[in-house]
Amino acid sequence: MDLQIALILGQDGITNGSIYALLALALVLVFAVTRVIFIPQGEFVAYGALTLAMMVNGNVPATIWLLIMAGVAVAAVDGYSALKAGQTRRLPAILGINVAYPLVLLGVLKMLPLAEMPLALQVLAALLVVVPMGPMMYRLVYQPIAEAPVLILLIVSVAAHVAMVGLGLVFFGAEGYRTPPFSEARFELGPMMITGQTIWVVLASLVLIVALALFFGRTLYGKALRATAINRTGARLMGISPALAGKLTFFLAALIGVLSGVLISPITTIYYDTGFLIGLKGFVGAIIGGLASYPIAAAGAVLVGLLEAFSSFWASAYKEVIVFTLIIPVLLWRSLKSHHLEEEE
Amino acid sequence: MKLKKTLFAAISLAFAATAAQADINVGVVVSATGPAASLGIPEKNTLALMPTTIGGEKINYIVLDDASDTTTAVKNMRKLVSEDKVDVVIGSTISPNSLAMIDVAAESQTPMISMAASSRIVEPVDEKRRWVFKTPQNDAQMSTAIVEHMTDNGVKTVGFIGFADAYGEGWFEQFKSVAEARGLKIVANERFNRTDTSVTGQVLKLMSARPDAMFIAGSGTPAALPQKALVERGWKGKVYQTHGVANNDFLRVCGKDCEGTFLPAGPVLVADQLPADNPVKKSAMEYIAKYEAAHGKGSVSTFGAHAWDAGVLMQAAVPEALKKAKPGTAEFRAAMRDALEGLKEVAGAHGIFNMSTTDHLGLDQRARVMVQIQGGAWKLAK
Repeated sequence: MDLQIALILGQDGITNGSIYALLALALVLVFAVTRVIFIPQGEFVAYGALTLAMMVNGNVPATIWLLIMAGVAVAAVDGYSALKAGQTRRLPAILGINVAYPLVLLGVLKMLPLAEMPLALQVLAALLVVVPMGPMMYRLVYQPIAEAPVLILLIVSVAAHVAMVGLGLVFFGAEGYRTPPFSEARFELGPMMITGQTIWVVLASLVLIVALALFFGRTLYGKALRATAINRTGARLMGISPALAGKLTFFLAALIGVLSGVLISPITTIYYDTGFLIGLKGFVGAIIGGLASYPIAAAGAVLVGLLEAFSSFWASAYKEVIVFTLIIPVLLWRSLKSHHLEEEE
Repeated sequence: MKLKKTLFAAISLAFAATAAQADINVGVVVSATGPAASLGIPEKNTLALMPTTIGGEKINYIVLDDASDTTTAVKNMRKLVSEDKVDVVIGSTISPNSLAMIDVAAESQTPMISMAASSRIVEPVDEKRRWVFKTPQNDAQMSTAIVEHMTDNGVKTVGFIGFADAYGEGWFEQFKSVAEARGLKIVANERFNRTDTSVTGQVLKLMSARPDAMFIAGSGTPAALPQKALVERGWKGKVYQTHGVANNDFLRVCGKDCEGTFLPAGPVLVADQLPADNPVKKSAMEYIAKYEAAHGKGSVSTFGAHAWDAGVLMQAAVPEALKKAKPGTAEFRAAMRDALEGLKEVAGAHGIFNMSTTDHLGLDQRARVMVQIQGGAWKLAK
């Protein structure tokens, strides 16, 4: 290995690591606020990328039907509880957000010349279709069992993951897709060649991380989420709705997932089941951060990316083994170093 | 009372009618869902195009899906032989399933025609495999084609990258033995996963070994990733792929990065470009015409043609077997097996079948051609 190869591998590792870092942040966020280990995080990556790919090919993405179905289900559940509580005033808003929005979106998508639109608009449309599934998923899957132990939440996560992968096969088929890159530019930097897409990925990740930091530090909703993460009961006593916190968290997680998917789909081929492995590598990063520290999780995820790139050069057949074995010394170190946290019930 | 009597009469008449006809029952096990669905679906579509009568006997197809799962395949096979009393079984789509079904075929003495590639399905022809035949070319035949093409075109050293599973490993073994025999040197041997998002490391390793050509042993759209990475890193040399990529999704995903790639394939892939005197051309064109009439232009795939060939073998063997026994009996199944083994110069979409007591595949050099990707389409290479 010479310097040039090391630089190329480093660039590759940082590109992938940036995506893993985003996912690691989303996993830490979801776990901190709702205590859910969010296994379907990777599915939002795949859904985002494949929804975009379908639009690039000129089709109305099949995921819109899932959005409509989920919206109707949420409207039914929320509408029923609103009626029972005698809050008929809330009904128009419930129907508007959950039923009217997906239907209007479907109408708009059917009318637009999807394949001819600029890429930025296609990305926006993919975000509009897939991101709302995050809060809907929280409402349908996790909110009814929000107070359940972590193990049950984990089991439900596995179920949600399997269901989403299965639906993904129905929506997108077994074959993979790629989307056009954001920029075809290439820069020569000394012995290295940097592609425009790499810069997009790294910059977008950095921007998103800064935006998240500002959101948590400066806004009321961000502070409410932090308060819920630190002490759920205390936050509730201060008037912060745990349901709202949950939905907001899942909205952010879905947003991060879909953006990650859109960013990497020009670099690699995305399949309906690709999300799981990408999410898992983000999860390794999140574990390095102890599912608590955002900066350590992000750094851990970049480390995973670099380790992956270099092990693919030295021992390609054992690449995944090396990456996932990383978790063992980390767990060992964490369990020796940190005092044991009792689960609050 | 009267109604009851007429009903009874009608029912008994119906039963008598089916018994008298003695149709030939064909069991089919196909992976129409699951990971191998992209192979299984064209095969299933092809079944609808197969003959409904052979030698004056009606053919009933009983199609079961094994969901690309070995256990289900065996369960389906058992159901077909014990409940439906089939005379011959076609299936399954993939090698592990077909290998598992051999036991049931031998036990129940039912001839079976597999649509999967592994040579172990029919080699060696022992007591069990007496009952088993298959239609797809062996990987060894395809490896030979690649190595021949390489050595003919002045390639001395080659870099290998394959799937990190049985597929890649199998190809490496086959390819290595043929390459060594012909003095071709493998200077790098790398692996990647179907789900990988990046193969930059492997590609750098391959390129630093400076081979004359690259050989990518992957199947379907995942095989496009190493090739795209090679082009991105400025590789200008020859690239070879396996016949596992011969579908249109691969061309869509790989795009212009796959321009000039060589691969071995069944002649059906480029049937319309074959010279008129090619013995396979007529039967391959017939299949393509039928499939495209039913499913639209450009929809045909080489995998469906393996199912078609199973039908061709059956069609050639049934008239022979009918001379010896009645369908639905053990004698007929045995006669069917003997007839399949005795087939000579039967033209399928993928080649010419010449079965023997030691060869239950029966394909020769006419069953493969070298193809090059040119302008986003498959072109016959010479």
